[in-house]
Amino acid sequence: MSLWGMAIDVDRCTGCQACVIACKQENNVPFSTPEQADKGRHIAWIYIQTEIEGEFPDINIRFRPMLCQHCERPPCVVVCPTGATYKNDEGIVAQVYPRCIGCRYCANGCPYAVKTFNYDEPVWPERMKASMNEDVSVRYKGVIEKCTFCSHRLIHAREKAAVEGRELQEEDYQPACVETCPANAMVFGDLENPHSKVSQWNQDPRAEYLLEGLGTRPKVTYLKGGV
Amino acid sequence: MNLDSQKALKEDRPIISPIFTTGRGYYIVTGLLLAVCLWALFAYIWQLRYGLSVTGLNRPVYWGIYITNFVFFIGVSHAGTLISAILRLTNAEWRRPITRMAEVITVLVLFFGVGNVLLDLGRPDRALYVIQHGNFTSPLLWDVTAISVYLTASLIYLYIPMIPDLAILRDVSNGWRKKIYRALAVGFTSTDKQRRRLERAIAIMAIMVIPIAISVHTVVSWVFAMTITPMWHSTIFGPYFVVGAIFSGIAALITAMVILRRVYHLEDYLRPIHFNNLGLLLLVMSLLWLYFTFAEYLTVWYGQKPYELPIFWAKVTGEYAPYFWTMFVTCFVIPFAILARKKTRTITGTLVASISVNIGMWLERFTIVVPSLSNPRLPVEMAQYSPTWVEWSLMAGFFAAFILLYMLFTKLFPIISIWEIREGREIGVSETVERLKTYLPGEIKEEGSA
Repeated sequence: MSLWGMAIDVDRCTGCQACVIACKQENNVPFSTPEQADKGRHIAWIYIQTEIEGEFPDINIRFRPMLCQHCERPPCVVVCPTGATYKNDEGIVAQVYPRCIGCRYCANGCPYAVKTFNYDEPVWPERMKASMNEDVSVRYKGVIEKCTFCSHRLIHAREKAAVEGRELQEEDYQPACVETCPANAMVFGDLENPHSKVSQWNQDPRAEYLLEGLGTRPKVTYLKGGV
Repeated sequence: MNLDSQKALKEDRPIISPIFTTGRGYYIVTGLLLAVCLWALFAYIWQLRYGLSVTGLNRPVYWGIYITNFVFFIGVSHAGTLISAILRLTNAEWRRPITRMAEVITVLVLFFGVGNVLLDLGRPDRALYVIQHGNFTSPLLWDVTAISVYLTASLIYLYIPMIPDLAILRDVSNGWRKKIYRALAVGFTSTDKQRRRLERAIAIMAIMVIPIAISVHTVVSWVFAMTITPMWHSTIFGPYFVVGAIFSGIAALITAMVILRRVYHLEDYLRPIHFNNLGLLLLVMSLLWLYFTFAEYLTVWYGQKPYELPIFWAKVTGEYAPYFWTMFVTCFVIPFAILARKKTRTITGTLVASISVNIGMWLERFTIVVPSLSNPRLPVEMAQYSPTWVEWSLMAGFFAAFILLYMLFTKLFPIISIWEIREGREIGVSETVERLKTYLPGEIKEEGSA
C-alpha cells in the first residue's frame, strides 16, 4: 500500500498556469465564463494563488499552486452527511459525485477553500468537447468537485503494471499537473517510500504545510524560503 | 371536570366560534398569503431549473439565507413545546390559554426549518441519501435525527392535550367535521380512567420534550461549532443557540398571541397579565442573550487569533456592521428599554419588543452564518454575497406558508385548550389556594377577614 503525496517548490514556480490548463484538460473541469468568475463560481481543481510579500519597492511575489491538500485528517470527510467525500486507503480524498447531495457542508468545513460547487450546468466550448477525457466522469449541476490527485491514472497505472507483471513504479502514476510543470516545481509519489522524490523533497528545511497548526496533516507540502 | 360539550359551547364560545364561523378578512388574508406562496413556488421551480446559480451564493460563501432561515425557524420552534412544557410542569396557572398556540408554532415551524435545508441542497432529489447512506460523523445527520425526534415528540405533545377538545368538537359538530373529530378523539368520553391516562401522558411528554428541545438546538449549533471554521468553532455555541432559540421562540409566541387575541376577540382569555409574564420572560432571555453574545465576542477579541479577527472586525466595524449593530439594538436595546419598565410592558409594548427580537434573532443567525464564510483563512478570490430575488421570494413564501397553515389550524382546532381553561376554573382555583396554604407558616386567615 502506498500513501500518495505531493511536494511543490514555491520558489521554483513561475506562475505559468500550465498545471491549471493540464488539470482542466485531464479532468474535464468545466469551462467558466467571465460572468461566473465574477460571481466567485469558477471551478478549478488547481489554481495559482499570487502572494505578495513586503512593501513596495521591496516586494517579493510568489506563486502558490493551490489544490486539495488531501489531508490525513480531512475536515471535509467527517462532516459529509452521506459519505460522498471520503479518504481511501492510499490517502487520496475523493468525491463520489452520484452520492453528493450538494449541501456544501464539506466546502464550508475545508480550511483551504479548495472544494468547488457546480452552481450551473457545466459547459465546454466545442473545441474542448472534442478532447474530453473519457476516464473521468463529468460532473453536473448541484454537486461538489475537487482535485483527486488524478486517481483515474492510478487505476490505469496499476492495471498496466499488473499486465506487465511488475511492481507499480513512481513514474507510472503522476498527476497531470506534475507531469506538465515546465519548471519542475512539483513532484508526486509515495510518502511511505523514503527514497521517493516527494519524500526527499519533504526533507528540505524549506518544507512546510499549509495551516499546519490545524492538525489536518496535509499530504501536499510547500517548499518555500528562497528569495 | 366533566365533558359537557354543550356547556363548553356556552362558556367558551369565543374559543369555539372561530372554528365554525369565518369572516371575509380571513379569506382576503388567505388569498394574499396564497399569492405569496405561489410566487415562492415559481421561484423554487426557477431554482430547480437553473440550479443554485440563481442564488447569490458563491465560493467561499456556500451558505446564505436558506441556512440562516433554517437556524431561525428551528429556533422559533422552541416557542412552543419548551415553554409550554416548562409552564405545565411548574404548574403556572396562567399558562392555560397559551400552551396550545405555542405548541402549534413548534410543530409547523419545524417543517419550514427542514424545508430550508432542502432548498439549500444542490441535489434535493437525493435528500434521502442522508438516511440511506448516512455518515454518522456528520453533524448534519445528528440534526436529521434530533429534528425527527423533536417533530415526533412535538406532534404527540400537541395532539394528546387536544384529545378532550376534539371530543367536545365531535359532540357539537356534524358532517365531515364530525367524522374527523370522531376519528381524532379516539373515543374519549372523559371517564376517570381516561382522564388519569391523559394526564399521565401529558406529564410524561412534558418532561421528555424538554431535553429533546434542548438537544435539537444544540445540535443545530454543532453544525457550525463542529467545523474548524473561525468563529463557528466555539464551545459555547450549544447553549448560546438554545438561549437564542428560546428568546426568539417567546417573541414569536407573543406576536402570535397579540394577533390571535385581536382577530378572534380573545381579550377575555389573553389578558395583560399573560403579556406581562411572557414579557418578563422575554426580558430575562434578552439579558441572557446579551451575556452570551458578550462572552463570545469578548473572548474572540481578547484572544486576537489571526484567523478570527478579520471575521470579528467584519462584524463589528466592517461590511457586516449594519447587521451586527441592528441585531444588538433589536435583540437588546429595544426589548430591554420596553420590557424593563412596568409602564411599557403592555400588550403593545411586548408586541413591539417581540417583533424587534424576531428581526434581531434573524440577523443574529445571519451574522453567524455568513461573515465566517466570507473571511476564509486563506486568500480566495472573493465575491460578495447578496441574496437574490429567488432567495428572498422563498423566504417570504415560507413565512407566508407558515402563517397560512397556522390560520388553517385555527379553523380546524381550538387554538386555546377548552378543557384546560375549564379545568382552571373548576379545579385550578381551589387547588392553587390549597397549594398556597401549604407554602405558608402559621394560621391562614379565612377569606374576607383580611
